[in-house]
Amino acid sequence: MQEIHIKVEEKLYQNRYMVDEGRPHISVKPHTQPTEALASLVKICPAGCYSRTETGQVEIAPDGCLECGTCRIVCAATGDIEWNYPRGGYGILFKFG
Amino acid sequence: MSETFDAIVIGAGPSGNACAYVMAKAGLNVLQIERGEYSGSKNVQGAILYADALERIIPDFREDAPLERHIVEQRMWILDDKAHVGGHYRSDAFNEERPNRYTIIRAQFDKWFSRKVREAGALVVCETTVTELIKDGKGKVIGVRTDREDGDVYADVVVMADGVNALVASRSGIKKEVTPDAVALAVKEMHFLPQDVIESRFNIGEEEGVVIEVAGSVTVGMVGTAFLYTNKESIAVGIGCLVSDFTEAQVRPAFLLEKFKNHPSIKPLLAGSEVKEYAAHLIPEGGLNAVPQLFGDGWMIVGDAAQFVNAVHREGSNMAMTSGRLAAETVIAAKKAGKPMVSSVLVAYKKALEDSFVLKDLHKYRRLPKVLHNNKHFFTDYPRLLSQAAETMLRVDGEDKRSKEKKITKAFRSTRRLGGLLGDVFNLARAFR
Repeated sequence: MQEIHIKVEEKLYQNRYMVDEGRPHISVKPHTQPTEALASLVKICPAGCYSRTETGQVEIAPDGCLECGTCRIVCAATGDIEWNYPRGGYGILFKFG
Repeated sequence: MSETFDAIVIGAGPSGNACAYVMAKAGLNVLQIERGEYSGSKNVQGAILYADALERIIPDFREDAPLERHIVEQRMWILDDKAHVGGHYRSDAFNEERPNRYTIIRAQFDKWFSRKVREAGALVVCETTVTELIKDGKGKVIGVRTDREDGDVYADVVVMADGVNALVASRSGIKKEVTPDAVALAVKEMHFLPQDVIESRFNIGEEEGVVIEVAGSVTVGMVGTAFLYTNKESIAVGIGCLVSDFTEAQVRPAFLLEKFKNHPSIKPLLAGSEVKEYAAHLIPEGGLNAVPQLFGDGWMIVGDAAQFVNAVHREGSNMAMTSGRLAAETVIAAKKAGKPMVSSVLVAYKKALEDSFVLKDLHKYRRLPKVLHNNKHFFTDYPRLLSQAAETMLRVDGEDKRSKEKKITKAFRSTRRLGGLLGDVFNLARAFR
């Protein structure tokens, strides 16, 4: 099967966002070892917002967030993240949806 | 705001717009609160518009609603790695004066619907997020708190139309948080092509449209489906699977979409396109079991927030608009009769849903989520078996036909065993009955 390499950031490039500077709407609770649920977010966030740090923790850069809610649902049982919608008017603004 | 509205509607998607419109049209004092910059800015859908549901709200919507193409052909494809097996239905009967289904562009359609809501007299406030319900001492909902300063507003009834995540309802204890096995994550792209290219590629006329629904190995063993819809000058292409499957399989959603786009049956359909948006959204997939309590003292819940989606037929927006309308009609009737917005009165909303296709269809397919979840081979073994069977019969290579038939039967029986095949038929029949 042919290899498929895609960069999610390139897909987000043409999207329209109103970034709420300095006010991330999602945060990861401090931890030493991420839970399995938290670690899985690195792969399954459709906007690729989650990544591993050099020391093995999971961090989030929510600028490209599509506000789907997947991460909140996956981590609901383990309480790894604090999830809210961005302030009114901020975040992703779909041109087509 | 110190005035008390007749109703507050949280959200300006299809269900919220339907609800606010019907109430405002009846002369009620309605406040609708939307967190996005404009109605539609936070919404994602395929999208297919079911005219019947909208006709019962705005009978002459076709005059100025932004409609892409009316659907004349449905293709159902089961994809294997290199092939697809499927069926088409195309009918000129769909070229009628008031077509039954259209493709639409969600954000643009919502903007139009929102304008209608304003014209009907509702006060629509955007860029404002409702953070929680306000209750009185007895636990009755009397208003909402928002993220604006002095952002408390009051109403006789609050209708929650805030979509699949239903945060207001779950954070106020009205419903439980959505579970990963009751919701699908779908990703989609908008591919732009010249109108005439789309028409010649899909064999359609100027306003005609095609819908392609796909299942099979494109979801790499996960429970899910993919789609391709023709708009006037664009093609909507997307794929989604249960969140629990994504987590278990550790597959990147964007990768899944890319794999689908590169399938030999799909790639030529998108050739030469310009991608202008990448979106992701959750779709309720829990069926009837996932539907929460729908009404209470001072509140009701409609649309995706109530998890109203028929996964088999991919119907959600008609359920959204219909439930919004039925909730509105319940409020209007209660107001007319001078009754308070309490459970014993608002129960009429649930009764109306039970009498409609909304709860009737969800009831019919209540067993399907579990059947699919427990029978993932429907998405792996069967696409492969069907594809191999078709190829075996269609390749003319000197092998006699009886031997070919034996080969096919053997493949089915060795993959699924006779007991498994019978079980599959039984389970599927039960789920659809």
